[in-house]
Amino acid sequence: MSDLKPGMRRCDTTGLPVCLDAQAFIKLNAVMAVVYLLVGAIAALLLVLTRWPAVHLLDTAWFYRILTLHGINMLIFWILFFEVAVLYFACTTLLNTKLFSRKLAWVSFGLMVVGSVMTDYTIFMGKADVMMTSYLPLLAHPLFYLGIILVAVGTLVGVGNFFGTLYVAKRDKNYEGSMPLVTFGAMTAAIIAVLALLHGAIALVPTFTFSLGLTPEPDPMWYRLIWWGLGHQSQQVNVAAMVSIWYLISYLTTGAKPINEFVSRAAFLLYILFINLASAHHLLVDPGVGAGWKIWNTSYAMYLAVLASLIHGFTVPAGMEIGMRIRGYGRGLFGWLWNAPWKNPAFSGFFLSLVIFGFIGGITGVTLGTQQINILAHNTMRIPGHFHATVVGGTTLSFMAVTYYVVPLFFQRDYPMKWLARLQPYIFAIGIVMVSLGMSFAGTNGVARRTWDIDAAGIYGSTAHLMLGIMGVGGVLAFTGLLIYILLTVWAVFFGESNKGRAIFDWGTPPIVASQAEAEAAEAEASAGRAPGTMVLVMILLISFVVYYFANWKALADLWWVR
Amino acid sequence: MSIHSPAPDWFQMPHGHERLWIGLALVWCLIMFAMMPFWHFKGKQNSTGESYSVTPAEFTERAEKFAQTNKVSEHNGIPVAEPPPGGDAYLLARMWSWYPVLKLRKGETYRLHISSADLQHGFSLQPINMNFQVMPGYDHVLTITPTHTGEFTIVCNEFCGIGHHAMIGKIFVE
Ligand SMILES: [Cu+2]
Repeated sequence: MSDLKPGMRRCDTTGLPVCLDAQAFIKLNAVMAVVYLLVGAIAALLLVLTRWPAVHLLDTAWFYRILTLHGINMLIFWILFFEVAVLYFACTTLLNTKLFSRKLAWVSFGLMVVGSVMTDYTIFMGKADVMMTSYLPLLAHPLFYLGIILVAVGTLVGVGNFFGTLYVAKRDKNYEGSMPLVTFGAMTAAIIAVLALLHGAIALVPTFTFSLGLTPEPDPMWYRLIWWGLGHQSQQVNVAAMVSIWYLISYLTTGAKPINEFVSRAAFLLYILFINLASAHHLLVDPGVGAGWKIWNTSYAMYLAVLASLIHGFTVPAGMEIGMRIRGYGRGLFGWLWNAPWKNPAFSGFFLSLVIFGFIGGITGVTLGTQQINILAHNTMRIPGHFHATVVGGTTLSFMAVTYYVVPLFFQRDYPMKWLARLQPYIFAIGIVMVSLGMSFAGTNGVARRTWDIDAAGIYGSTAHLMLGIMGVGGVLAFTGLLIYILLTVWAVFFGESNKGRAIFDWGTPPIVASQAEAEAAEAEASAGRAPGTMVLVMILLISFVVYYFANWKALADLWWVR
Repeated sequence: MSIHSPAPDWFQMPHGHERLWIGLALVWCLIMFAMMPFWHFKGKQNSTGESYSVTPAEFTERAEKFAQTNKVSEHNGIPVAEPPPGGDAYLLARMWSWYPVLKLRKGETYRLHISSADLQHGFSLQPINMNFQVMPGYDHVLTITPTHTGEFTIVCNEFCGIGHHAMIGKIFVE
């Protein structure tokens, strides 16, 4: 590794170079992210305690207000602030490069903070009870749209700073050969983010000017189409960022080695190429767009993006299997899995994120996005049941997991109460699985999303109530897990013991126990492309997928005929 | 080594288990791809998105005329309209009601026109769980054939304001 440049320090644990500017902005963005995570989480607790019919806490107006707050803070603010931090990390530390521009980083951060505060203020004032989607002609106060636009512009500036850093790193030859896989994944996330945010501008700027009375009302169907160009692609940004983090954590905790760099990179590229029109699957039971358009856009675009996720679903655990076998944990089909560092919260968080995203989020999502099956599911609780598995069980959990390395490495502080931190990912994961399954099965029973009360309809039986109860209990559990995460992290950041000058606390990394000969044998197996344990796991995934998918077609066949 | 630059010869075709899995995953994606056009031609439940441009005022007028000419009784003060089998039926969504109540016959086919007088609403037919989007400015035509008899409830499942949860309609099928 080359000499340290001015304005950089060497990490005492990993030996990696850390740009001090980037470090400052990673900290700032991560702290804001966690603030909004807390706001969104308190909102989440109030919401589950309202939709749990036995509790039914909030009144109508506050329910819809808090629901708007929850969606915006979780899906936009928490995730975008955290993603900017991830981008700054991936382009500086991993490429041994200084951040392109300190000024741009300030502009980006400033716009995002001003915009997000403006939006939250408008919501709290009761001027924007319009949900996350704010479908026209439902209209909010202009400041609501302006706030979101500012956040989007701020994020775009941050993404620009990321690309600037990539350019400088390449120009100055700060790394040799191709960029590391984690940086490559972050770059795909950044490219998709640009596409998503441009859609956001196309949808929200005319809506903002309309809310000011300056321009005529945009067509509601047009708004839905463009809005989902933002709404869906931004979720693909999360997926790309999450998968990059999976690669990062699996390497840090188990020494994972990508089985084939080309395959992993190609899968990231598929996300960019084929997600652009997948927003069609939000419009599957809408008027105004024909069956041909719906089938075309949910097939060519979506299934190749799905293929990408299926590939990562193999390559990530396979890389981990190989890493563990090379370290000497090669016994039987699953010796690598049993001996994995389950007491390391970064590892357990990452692995639970992988499993929840793949088994619950992935399978339900692809099924819901099938043109006809959507008739059964559109706007029912099955939809939030799906995306709480992908965005919360997947993305949020992986972001939490990586924090257990971010705080010691960038804030240079140790976590207190390690035993509690070790439990945290499990508590959160169990809670969110209950939330997701409770919502999904309530949705199969016909319960609508975004509805304050189901009893007004007078048609829902005990199953629907039971499922909403499971969601409620799971929500309280997930909130507990999230609160532990926030308290420990805030404690570590402000009062944690400094680890400057020494290696960080080791959460648990399996030591290398293989002899030279064993390690070579495992390397040979890996280069023959063998990962038998992972192969068994993905076959279980595929079988579950096929069963669930066709069970939905069977349920569809029982409905009234409709064309 | 995900955080370091890969060896220069990283461009290699997949092999071994990885190739097997990519093959299986691709086949599965193709099966899912084929299911949608297959169902479009062979299945009975498809959302074709047929729709016509209409102003909220025009649609309201049509729905009121339909309700008056086909009225057979009343349900909680809302007219119950029975469209002729094979004919057109109208359903108007507005904050926070569905108008009128419909009376249909099992096995008969109707062209059900749905639109909104104000915001976006969601047509969710319970307990059979069929869901469609209702948009102002769009006359959404569903060519439906009820296959069950009984009393069905229409729940609005798109947020449309404070009284949204009470936006309940009825369809009776004989
Ligand atoms: Cu409504």
